[in-house]
Amino acid sequence: MNRIDRIFQDLRAPANEGGGKALMPYLTAGDPSVEATGRMLTAIQDAGASVCELGIPFSDPVADGPVIQASMTYALDHQVTVGQVFEMVSRVRPSLSIGLVAMVSFSIVHRIGLTKFVDDAKSAGFDGFIFPDLPLEASGPAREASAKAGLILSMLIAPTTPDDRAEQIARASTGFVYVVSTSGITGERAELPPELPKRIQRLRGVTDLPITVGFGISSAQHVREVVSVADAAIVGSGMMRRVAQARAKSEDQAVKIVGEFTRELASGLSPTAGASAGG
Amino acid sequence: MTPDPTTTPPAEAASAAVPDPTGPFGDFGGVYTPETLQHAIDQLAKAYQQARSDPAFDKQFTQLLRDYVGRATPLQSAQRLTEHIRAADDCPAGKGAQIWLKREDLAHTGAHKINNSLGQALLTVRMGKTRIIAETGAGQHGVACATAAAFLGLKCDVFMGTEDIRRQQPNVKRMELLGTRVVPVESGSKTLKDATNAAMRDWMATSEDTHYIIGSVVGPHPFPMIVRDFQAVIGRECRAQCLDQIGKLPDHLVACVGGGSNAAGLFYPFIDDASVKMVGVEAGGRSNQFGDHAAPLTYGSPGVLHGSLSYVLQNNDGQTAPVHSISAGLDYPGVGPEHAYWHDIGRVTYTDCTDHDALEAFLLLTRTEGIIPALESAHAVAHAVKMAKDLPTDQTLVINLSGRGDKDLDEAIRLLGM
Ligand SMILES: Cc1ncc(COP(=O)(O)O)c(C=O)c1O
Repeated sequence: MNRIDRIFQDLRAPANEGGGKALMPYLTAGDPSVEATGRMLTAIQDAGASVCELGIPFSDPVADGPVIQASMTYALDHQVTVGQVFEMVSRVRPSLSIGLVAMVSFSIVHRIGLTKFVDDAKSAGFDGFIFPDLPLEASGPAREASAKAGLILSMLIAPTTPDDRAEQIARASTGFVYVVSTSGITGERAELPPELPKRIQRLRGVTDLPITVGFGISSAQHVREVVSVADAAIVGSGMMRRVAQARAKSEDQAVKIVGEFTRELASGLSPTAGASAGG
Repeated sequence: MTPDPTTTPPAEAASAAVPDPTGPFGDFGGVYTPETLQHAIDQLAKAYQQARSDPAFDKQFTQLLRDYVGRATPLQSAQRLTEHIRAADDCPAGKGAQIWLKREDLAHTGAHKINNSLGQALLTVRMGKTRIIAETGAGQHGVACATAAAFLGLKCDVFMGTEDIRRQQPNVKRMELLGTRVVPVESGSKTLKDATNAAMRDWMATSEDTHYIIGSVVGPHPFPMIVRDFQAVIGRECRAQCLDQIGKLPDHLVACVGGGSNAAGLFYPFIDDASVKMVGVEAGGRSNQFGDHAAPLTYGSPGVLHGSLSYVLQNNDGQTAPVHSISAGLDYPGVGPEHAYWHDIGRVTYTDCTDHDALEAFLLLTRTEGIIPALESAHAVAHAVKMAKDLPTDQTLVINLSGRGDKDLDEAIRLLGM
């Protein structure tokens, strides 16, 4: 069984006392360094994360907001390569139990070659993929290759996605369904959109997959709101903004801040504040 | 990358019938965009299908191209340029093709870009949207959009890299004068590709009331098809003018290729005319080294950029390469997917021209014909001059003079050391 599937199965088990919900922090691989990202993976696991969405830096990340883009530019300016990221993941994987999902532009996948990319990611220890610029219509070969490798491929559903299309995307996804909370790009927002619960409810009718919500989540309170209707909260820009601030001091500081912020966010997983949920 | 002759279908297989409704040009094109954009793209495809089958839309567009843009643009015999070529030491006797110029520089705003901007601005109104956004490098597409916005009463924001804002001040002022907001883009390389990213990002959050007018035959389907169709007026006019003024189809067409819209506009109506040979000229920049040019069809390979699969300049990790050209309008790491298709089936030949040769041609056309061309168009002139020397005098060669050079005066004068 794929690790992502097992993580959500365990969370949903009646015996689970952590509230059954998951926190999925996003990290840009290579910001501030590939080595630091490796340590951050351990830090978020210790702080209560279940899955990490690990962004592979791309020169033209159209779907991402200014914070994540700047983070990717920082990594690329420091000569981070896909090979280095895979190497780091294979090094830290044995000591990790959290799920690892690569968030990667299809431009990179196409260049490296779909089969080779999927195989390399699998050997490194990734559990699945998010290709943010690969729409349903073009996703056939990628879904097939991922399934063959035993990895999950989660596809995004936008607020502008019509209902019937959202259902098709949910059915075509594996691992989890990724619901984009707001129109536009990733970034922190003060409030979550009021229509979000209804959208999630509708998706429950067509899929048994866990439903995760991303884009605009940046506080424990947001996490609490999201997991009151969804299965997991993804936090990206809020995380990388803190990394950008902390790295000016030191890499150690950036690693520390990632752990602390994850712990704070994880407090939103349980209805009663303060408790640290299991990962 | 040259296509393998054993697997490449013959040039006759080229068809003016692509793309089908899902958008591929052979192996190229398609839609590679975030799901957040899908709805806007579907909406555009529908609106365009409706507009295309509505005679009233065609009538309105045609009328505006005539009354507002000043079409048809002339097809002019370049007599002194032709004589200059024939008189050159390296031109053998009996050689030196007759050169003609398709004068897109005479269109309103000074380049072919207005054909597309006006067409898509009309579509915007049809869709009931009130705001347009655009990316721009040299500022020509930005100016064309700002112009169409002023003409139709639309709100307009143009995204422009800070590096280009610095290089192209007159066009920035022109846009602002027209009531457009020029949004500086600080990210990445601060040039055209980053301005395109920024425009796509804006569109994701604003497509409810906003249309994104992409400036060339690039981006996700249906953009490459729509831009080509709006620019095809160049080729349709040119074809009729050749038959009328020369009495036959031209033997050769030459156009510069940035994203490829002026070239696609000229070539497309001739695609099924097997006797007409076509050459697209990319920006060869300083050298053929990665990073020194902007010639994806000449030196690149297939890859995904800005929503479609085409030839791109990328490193082995799929990261977009830095590009360079003397001309900001050709300074782009990708190219339209239909050109990738024409390239691979062998229907169109693609080559490149260096900064140096383009600058020389810029001066040559200015001095022989009294026309100061855009530095982009000068790339086509440079290659045409080279080609003409090997062609018999009874052959005709049409250069697409995509724009005028007013915007390039400072840069050209500096580089020429005048
Ligand atoms: C005069 C002129 N020619 C050509 C181009 C290149 O674009 P395309 O290849 O789409 O025609 C530009 C772009 O700004 C331009 O201004």
